Amino acid sequence: MTTAPARHRTENPSLAGRFRPLEPLFKGMLLASLALAVLFLVVLLSYVVTEGWDRLDPRLWENFPSKLYPERAGAQSAIVGTIYVIALTGAFCVPIGVMTAIYLEEYADGSRWWNRMIELNIQNLAGVPSIVYGILGLGVIARGLDLGRTLLTASLTLSLLVLPVVIIAAREAIRAVPGSIRQASLALGATPWQTIARQVLPAAVPGIATGVILALSRAIGEAAPLLLLGAVTHITFNPSGITDSYTVLPIQIFNWTKQPEAEFHTLASAAIVILLFILLAMNSVAIWVRNRYQKRW
Amino acid sequence: MASASAGSAAGSSLRRSRPRYGEAVIKGLLLAAALVSVATTVGIVASLLPPALRFFGEVGFGEFFGGTEWTPLFKPPSYGVLPLITATLTTTALAISVAVPIGLAAATYLSEYATPRTRKVLKPVLEVLAGIPTVVYGFFALTFFTPLLRDLWPGSGEGPEIFNGLSAGLIMGVMIVPTVASLSEDAMSAVPQSLRQGAYALGSTRRLVSIRVVLPAALSGIVAAIVLAISRAVGETMIVAIAAGLKPEFTLNPLQAMQTMTGYIAAAGEGDLPVASFDYTTIFAVGLLLFVLTFAMNFLSIRLVRKYREVYE
Repeated sequence: MTTAPARHRTENPSLAGRFRPLEPLFKGMLLASLALAVLFLVVLLSYVVTEGWDRLDPRLWENFPSKLYPERAGAQSAIVGTIYVIALTGAFCVPIGVMTAIYLEEYADGSRWWNRMIELNIQNLAGVPSIVYGILGLGVIARGLDLGRTLLTASLTLSLLVLPVVIIAAREAIRAVPGSIRQASLALGATPWQTIARQVLPAAVPGIATGVILALSRAIGEAAPLLLLGAVTHITFNPSGITDSYTVLPIQIFNWTKQPEAEFHTLASAAIVILLFILLAMNSVAIWVRNRYQKRW
Repeated sequence: MASASAGSAAGSSLRRSRPRYGEAVIKGLLLAAALVSVATTVGIVASLLPPALRFFGEVGFGEFFGGTEWTPLFKPPSYGVLPLITATLTTTALAISVAVPIGLAAATYLSEYATPRTRKVLKPVLEVLAGIPTVVYGFFALTFFTPLLRDLWPGSGEGPEIFNGLSAGLIMGVMIVPTVASLSEDAMSAVPQSLRQGAYALGSTRRLVSIRVVLPAALSGIVAAIVLAISRAVGETMIVAIAAGLKPEFTLNPLQAMQTMTGYIAAAGEGDLPVASFDYTTIFAVGLLLFVLTFAMNFLSIRLVRKYREVYE
């Protein structure tokens, strides 16, 4: 044996002796690609924070948007609108998503064509561009159901948009509950639904919650479908009901980005920092829930 | 106890002494919830088709797919969709040229080289990239990356315009890196360990194992990742709406301002076009084209993923 102990640590069974220049080169290129992605993230975040820093003050959440006076403009209606939209979106998509997941995991017979069609359909929906959901919201919800360009329309549209994400996450959480739990419950005389409601779902809640938070954080950042649903209008009041017109943070950022003046770009940066902060907070909660409550079977 | 004859369909339930209507109602409710997603697809088609058919009733396929001028809101209007398609092609090609090399390299590193600990650190970074709202990418492309490109543009030739496909496409590529990386890594991780061990036993290096064994074995999954990446680039809206411009130009020159299919839908949808107007139907005609294109690509991608799952699982 001529292999030095250090060689073992590289875990490469083939490096017996000869120096191979292509090996470190290849590895270096792979690492460089990853480093580029990390660098991009660092540059993006530091650019946004330094640009928006001067404008990150109470004006941003105490004032309303203004097209004329960037120094007085704020994003309060957008922040309140975002909170409304996300609360409603959660209220719509969580029950339907979890129910669909329960059906597919616990009841559906995979050999039936309609169940396979439902699954394939969900996979396909996950890849439909978000702007197409905007067209759906415009054609069917805003005009077909005549709900207009309101908070309710926006929330329903975003619910449909993130529904596949919720379903896929909830299915994984339900699937992770071992079959022995179900069998024990059924053996004690529980009905299938009692088994699901009292054993499977409680055990799957942490996983479902994590998936739901991630799905909602996608909805928070979504702007494209709302462009078609009236969020672009200049809104200088907070919505007070689900049939009010509204705006949300990503749309407000879009509006400010479109202005030519640099002051509005500073405002957009500051609003982006708030948006990213909300997303960071939600993701932290998701990670915390996962680590704190996730059961290992 | 003689009642041990288990029900055959459910596998786990005993034969019932009395019918359980509540259970049946619950199953019905759950099925109804599952059908919401089917209704969504039906709704998408139902919202796209009637206005699109009205559009194609007046504008022939020849003019739509053959015309090189897209000025639907001008007088006289022109309905050639090719400028929107060339813009979509340009930005998508740029995005793919960034996303595929970087995404594949990242996937190869994570799957073949990284220790569990490095993987634990690097994967969240990619997830953060995927979690940043696209409007933020658009803002970054327009206010940071485009000025940077214009400053650094070599030679005396004209650099990129303020709005251009280059900046939008490249930044969109970064946005798609996580899609390519995570799907490709899934495919690479699904390659059985025995294949790698066989190659090592024959004296292969880690690089050769990655390139000649893992990559070909995971190919269908990698192709699926690339197809999905293309579909995401075609459907991405905010980055191109902000950074690529609003001018439909029949060009493949990425330095010019251009309007993609999604960019047009966003721009036209922003204004409150009257439902009865013919202009309103143009949104749906372009939307239908976009939906059909992305739907076909997603379907292909799903089929390819199933293929490698069947082989190795």
